[in-house]
Amino acid sequence: MTETALEARHLFKVFGRNPNQAVRRLKSGESRNDVLDAGTAAVIDASFSVNKGEIFVIMGLSGSGKSTIIRMLNGLHDATDGSVVVGGDQITGIPASRLREIRRDNVSMVFQHFALLPHRTVAANIAYPLELRGVPRAERLAKAEEVLAMVGLEGNGDKFPSQLSGGMQQRVGIARALAADTEILLMDEAFSALDPLIRREMQEQLLELQQKLQKTIVFITHDLNEAMFLGDRIAVMRDGRIVQIGTPEDILTDPANDYVEQFVQDVDRARVLTASNVMELPRPVVAETTGPRTALRQMRDAYMSAAYVTGRDRKLLGIVTDRDAIKLVRKGETSLASILKPVPQSVSEDEVLMNLFVPAVESPLPLAVVDGGGRLVGVIPRVTLLAALGPGPGSTEEITLPLRPVPQAEIDAVLDEAQDAAATAVEGQAPEKEVL
Amino acid sequence: MDGFRIPIGEWVASVVDWVKDNLEGLLDLISFVVRFLVDGLTDILVGTPFPIMIAIFALIAWLVRSWQMALGTVISFLLIVSMDLWELSMQTLALVLVSAAVAIAIAVPLGIWSARNDTVRMILKPVLDFMQTMPAMVYLIPAIVFFSIGVVPGLVATVIFALPPGVRLTELGIRGVDSETVEAGQAFGAKPGQILRGIQLPLAMPSIMAGVNQVIMLSLSMVVIAGMAGADGLGKEVVLAISTVNTAKGVEAGLAVVLVAVYLDRVTAALGTPNDYPASLLGVLARRRAAQRTQAADAAASVLA
Repeated sequence: MTETALEARHLFKVFGRNPNQAVRRLKSGESRNDVLDAGTAAVIDASFSVNKGEIFVIMGLSGSGKSTIIRMLNGLHDATDGSVVVGGDQITGIPASRLREIRRDNVSMVFQHFALLPHRTVAANIAYPLELRGVPRAERLAKAEEVLAMVGLEGNGDKFPSQLSGGMQQRVGIARALAADTEILLMDEAFSALDPLIRREMQEQLLELQQKLQKTIVFITHDLNEAMFLGDRIAVMRDGRIVQIGTPEDILTDPANDYVEQFVQDVDRARVLTASNVMELPRPVVAETTGPRTALRQMRDAYMSAAYVTGRDRKLLGIVTDRDAIKLVRKGETSLASILKPVPQSVSEDEVLMNLFVPAVESPLPLAVVDGGGRLVGVIPRVTLLAALGPGPGSTEEITLPLRPVPQAEIDAVLDEAQDAAATAVEGQAPEKEVL
Repeated sequence: MDGFRIPIGEWVASVVDWVKDNLEGLLDLISFVVRFLVDGLTDILVGTPFPIMIAIFALIAWLVRSWQMALGTVISFLLIVSMDLWELSMQTLALVLVSAAVAIAIAVPLGIWSARNDTVRMILKPVLDFMQTMPAMVYLIPAIVFFSIGVVPGLVATVIFALPPGVRLTELGIRGVDSETVEAGQAFGAKPGQILRGIQLPLAMPSIMAGVNQVIMLSLSMVVIAGMAGADGLGKEVVLAISTVNTAKGVEAGLAVVLVAVYLDRVTAALGTPNDYPASLLGVLARRRAAQRTQAADAAASVLA
């Protein structure tokens, strides 16, 4: 059962002279520009809930209000209207001391520019949240050392932040948030200041850590690829409003409006879509119990030179080729067992497209997709793989295959006829081509 | 405009008179404390034999900056001794150190307050401008009224004149601390006092130290004016030289002021940016400690391996 860790209900944030009036007018339907005279609306009626253990990404361009939202989740900005609930406690409109307790014990944060304390060593930086909590020195330094190892920086505790590279500094930032050992982790453009290679590495490391720690993470980014890679669910923001909340696949394949659609055009689909998003019904497939005749007939109908063989529960057993099947039919055997060959390539259904290209090339048949139990759930022909990379929501639907070639015998016959005709023509006059 | 005049001066004068009449106890207390501090420090500086004092000054220079600076310190203070101005210089130094300490004790908290509160900043800004641009000698008049002549009015005028850069640079330093770093403190649940002590003050330290440096330099520039009010030291000597048109005396006293000023400036500047002076004794010691620590860590690692 999914449990809600964090919830935002109808959040508004207006900066400026008359925030409350602006909120009233926004609620009555006026637009962001209409209320400019009363204040700048950074966040307008944002509602979402984050489940325990999920990575919830809030994505939007700069100025869309995402940084304001994340700062309302731990009370760094107070909401003009609406409420934030952290683990069952409402944190809007509570006294500052209670808010500090919640920040100390429930919510920690990772910052875009790391926000490390330059006059403290790495270990002292990581121990900072524990120090604020009053943990004794030896204990907090031990914890710092442990967390440092977790992010792969063991032995760097005595250095100062300025002696580390950007990526390492942000690892310290993450380690600091992990040392606080809070249920919820807010990450504000945590990887945006890093160069692309390091960013990729950090994203992967974050997912790895997340698998171990199962924190609830709210991640802010302006990079859709990052959002798609990290997010279990994504909220897309525009001009202070949340325009769509959904899984990466939802957003990619079913954008709520033109804005989101435009946005997702540039996404590296190969890294987001998985095999199960694009696979087709498996064909040709024969049951282990059927004979070579049926198998051959199926292959002929599908214009394939081989077919997948499944056992009970649709478990993928292997393939048979048409040549072997023909031999069996000639011999009059009825079981496929003797010609069963191992499956050359199969991929699991949650593999991203990026990792399907090589198997697809190496597989003589449309690539077999299997689920966790080894059952054949679908196949991916190469054309499907190609089409899935193109833009537009329709690309993941079933596509028409190119025309099948006419059987060889037929072509030979036609060519022979044409040759005969040409031979008679040469005797009579010059070929018509020259006239053209 | 004949006959029309706003008597601002008279108003202030009557306020000064009122203070003189009604707050005598307070003025006496201030006078007592200041005299006690300056006289005490002067006694220490003058009472210690000059070779020991010079050695201490040189050691301080080496600690915060370099051995070259220590050498320069020895030479310049010996020069002062050779001009027979040692005692006067030490009196001046005592006056400068006490007034700078008082000014800093007032300026830094004011700077912190105005960094955290926009109203305070708004009120303080014109007041600071006023304090800094009003000709410094004007402060002497009410100061002499309050404290009669001697070291106290000189010190009070010096403090008022030297205060503004201390306040300004403290405020600037704290406001200039990266807002994300302050947010980090808040995000982990630090109290405002913890943020101030643990984040804002340490990060603003270079700027605050630049302020301290400025306060000290301005204090030193006020010694002549303090001399006019009757404070003992190089200032009095300069005033005397002016009134008797004695070039030799004037130049010597002025040179001594310059030498003391250069020494104080270099030392306080180095305090603010310790990382710029790797050759300082403190820097060398810190590096040696760090090297030992890494060595120990490496040894431990190799044992584990």
